[in-house]
Amino acid sequence: MPVSKSVGARIKRREDPRLIQGLATYVDDIQMPGMCYVTFVRSPYAHAIIKSIDASAATDLEGVVAVITGEDVKDVGGVPCAATDFPNVQVPHHPVLATGKVRFVGEPVAAIVATKRYTAHDAVDLVEVDYDPLEAVASGEAALKDDAVKIHDTDTNLAFTWDLEGGDVEGALKSADRVVKERFVHQRLAPNPIEPRGVAADYNAGDDQLTLWSSTQIPHILRTQIGLMLGIPENRVRVIAPEVGGGFGCKLNVYAEEAVLGFLARKLRRPVKWMEGRRESFLHTIHGRDQVGDVEVAVQNDGTITALKYTVVADMGAYYQLLSPAIPTLTGLMLCGCYRFKNVAMHLRAAFTNKMATDAYRGAGRPEATYMVERIVDCVADELGVDPLEIRRKNFIANDAFPYETGTGLAYDSGNYTGALDKALKMADYDGLRKKQAEMREQGRYLGIGLSTYAEICGMGPSTAMPAGGWESGTVRVDPTGKVTVLTGIKPHGQGQETTFAQLIADGLGVEVDDVKILHGDTDTVQYGTGTFGSRGTAVGGTAMIMAMEKVKAKVKRIAAHLLEANADDIELKDNRYIVRGHPEQGVSLTDVSLHSHRGINLPPDTEPGLAEAHFFEPTNFTFPFGTHIAVVEIDANTGEIDIQRYVAVDDVGNIINPMIVEGQIHGGIAQGLGQALYEEVIYDESGQMMTGSFMDYALPKAHNFPRFELDNTVTPSPVNPMGVKGVGEAGTIGSTPAIVNAVVDALKPFGVRNIDMPLRPEKLWRLMNGGASS
Amino acid sequence: MKVEITINGEDHVHDVEPRTLLVHLIRDVVGLTGTHIGCETSLCGACTVVLNGEAVKSCTILAVQADGQEVTTIEGLANDGELHPVQEGFWECHGLQCGFCTPGMILSATQLLERNRKPTEAEIRKGIEGNLCRCTGYQHIIDAVQYAAKKMRA
Repeated sequence: MPVSKSVGARIKRREDPRLIQGLATYVDDIQMPGMCYVTFVRSPYAHAIIKSIDASAATDLEGVVAVITGEDVKDVGGVPCAATDFPNVQVPHHPVLATGKVRFVGEPVAAIVATKRYTAHDAVDLVEVDYDPLEAVASGEAALKDDAVKIHDTDTNLAFTWDLEGGDVEGALKSADRVVKERFVHQRLAPNPIEPRGVAADYNAGDDQLTLWSSTQIPHILRTQIGLMLGIPENRVRVIAPEVGGGFGCKLNVYAEEAVLGFLARKLRRPVKWMEGRRESFLHTIHGRDQVGDVEVAVQNDGTITALKYTVVADMGAYYQLLSPAIPTLTGLMLCGCYRFKNVAMHLRAAFTNKMATDAYRGAGRPEATYMVERIVDCVADELGVDPLEIRRKNFIANDAFPYETGTGLAYDSGNYTGALDKALKMADYDGLRKKQAEMREQGRYLGIGLSTYAEICGMGPSTAMPAGGWESGTVRVDPTGKVTVLTGIKPHGQGQETTFAQLIADGLGVEVDDVKILHGDTDTVQYGTGTFGSRGTAVGGTAMIMAMEKVKAKVKRIAAHLLEANADDIELKDNRYIVRGHPEQGVSLTDVSLHSHRGINLPPDTEPGLAEAHFFEPTNFTFPFGTHIAVVEIDANTGEIDIQRYVAVDDVGNIINPMIVEGQIHGGIAQGLGQALYEEVIYDESGQMMTGSFMDYALPKAHNFPRFELDNTVTPSPVNPMGVKGVGEAGTIGSTPAIVNAVVDALKPFGVRNIDMPLRPEKLWRLMNGGASS
Repeated sequence: MKVEITINGEDHVHDVEPRTLLVHLIRDVVGLTGTHIGCETSLCGACTVVLNGEAVKSCTILAVQADGQEVTTIEGLANDGELHPVQEGFWECHGLQCGFCTPGMILSATQLLERNRKPTEAEIRKGIEGNLCRCTGYQHIIDAVQYAAKKMRA
């Protein structure tokens, strides 16, 4: 139900007309006179010494403008990492083009500039790089062994350590009735937005101005970093993030190619463009997950879990990208899930390997926590011989306990965990499903029911808890004729804020949704901002805009009161008119006020002309969405294939501005979470070769892989922001993975199965059902 | 090589390298950038166009193979500013988020509905399996195609 005219309504997206007619401008759609194309020569080896590079044949090819190598860009700063404040940390220099050594397959070694796209690709094969291959190490645990080959010129591959302790974990483990243990593997994933990355750059020597178009989620951070890397003043760099075709965290980064394109545009004084191919995307766009962890929980016989200890190795890859080290620490923060675990600990060792860096991929550290917690809760239920539902109810944080301080030191803002659970159980007919399961087992059929009761951390976040500023900015500008332009520091790329933000402004200022324009993604247009990630766009960026709007509204009321000869406190907004309370016949519109304010005469005392305000919003806390997902699967014993019969999700993301958009975010999130559970896995072989470098080998979910998701929600507003929103970008991904794995493990209980590593390929299940060893 | 192609009802004559892919002719030479490139291997479907009435992946067809033929791209689907029912369905049902797969997805769905006026949900899911979407989880896309089917039958 709409809570007002626009907010809460299923309003069609205002982004869509350009997108459904092919009229949007993504990076690859940018053409400039004299533009050259850039390609990269990349390492075919996981670890090798570069003995020499001979680019002469490439340079001689007609149409090739330049070939550059690491030597040419030795003055360009390294690829930055914003999170390095850790014990025992190593921060290796991360060159934009390799010099001396390559450390993973796909590492850029040289860049080619040519007048034509195909020529630039032809020239890649003409650059002769003489490599001396070295031994490689391709798993985090192997890299931490003493005899492992060292990736950087140090005596260890240990990237850093991180320990979190709350309460008395060891004491609780000692005094427990039993200790339940399991080892969980969170396999490496490739984010794979359908638009790969891409960069275009142009340098205007007359104005000494570099313009960089990049498919990025963080145009402002990118601008700061490009300025630093290239050694040019930040105000001489303009970053434009045009239409961005999905990101899922992988475009929350600063990449070597962005700096190289900026360097080339300045050096050659010609516009340049590079578009990542899908194979390059697998090799050199950040990956997600890649943690292996051992969990131990202390359990009382009544099902109470008194402690949880998680010992993890996280694979960083060969170098850090922007936030690589921070990701597994988010796992640590969410160790408690939605439970009253007062004694918790995480011991993390991060390792360098000869692989691409891991970094933020949808969920970013929290899916690992949720998967581990929701799986171990099921293992506890299994050991105690009770329904997994009972363990959850037994350990939930009580609904009246919020705000709730967790064992990891977070303050959960609000919650109603049993509310979401009960609703989902009812939708799924949980008791009926259990009966059906028992009946089917009698018939030799394997039905499984999986629960995931998750809580996650969103709305990132307070600056004190972030590697860089966690605030967001918004400016609300009313044109003289009463139309509204909003500048926001976030960078929507599918989340629909051109619509939801317009809904908020329309209701707040008394205009129509179509009267509002939302601008984002251009650093010369929008004041500084942080960007879109961590489910923060609306919770933080939306709040900044709302605060700016409230300032505008206060001024509008002052001017309206002046015009109506009333007191500003008596002005209220009704039916898009500012009226004197109780006298609806005495009113003015926003246009009346704005025209007057821009005319600049007869304004109230001490009132500036014009009508625009900005706000930089610093949240006091994160937000904590939660929910219950229930998966119902049947496994075919003959083939090991999984039939997902039902998927029920009840999510609580706080107040909802546009239910249609929220559903879309949840659907997409579930699909990616199920992708991890069932299909997706980046595989490097032991020598560090990428075995899954195309959509032939890396299974992205297709439409026929899923049933219709059954969605509902509960609404527990967040007290952290005035809208009461929590964020919805990552909830589906975080909640769904353990639901489906719990369901499959549940189905295979008759075979003594307690854990299966993802992805749950039919062959693995078939082996388990036909006398094979557990994976 | 000289290639003559009718794109969205307009005749185009261009001299291109024989190896030029149809998608590059459409995007870089003709300048219609609504057709996207997502994988260059025929697997993601972002580059789907309609060639002589058949949805094809333009990233693995040579421009010369389309010589003398008719191509419809996303830019040619609306009729005099009036959206095609499939486009309308995608808008009504929130069948897109980032929009990058959308042109290809819409053209595949259009062909599906030309072949099957009343597809079941399973037939739609199977019918668009050559087009990958990373954002939507496909459910709203299914709704969009069903919306269009209903509208096209009316």
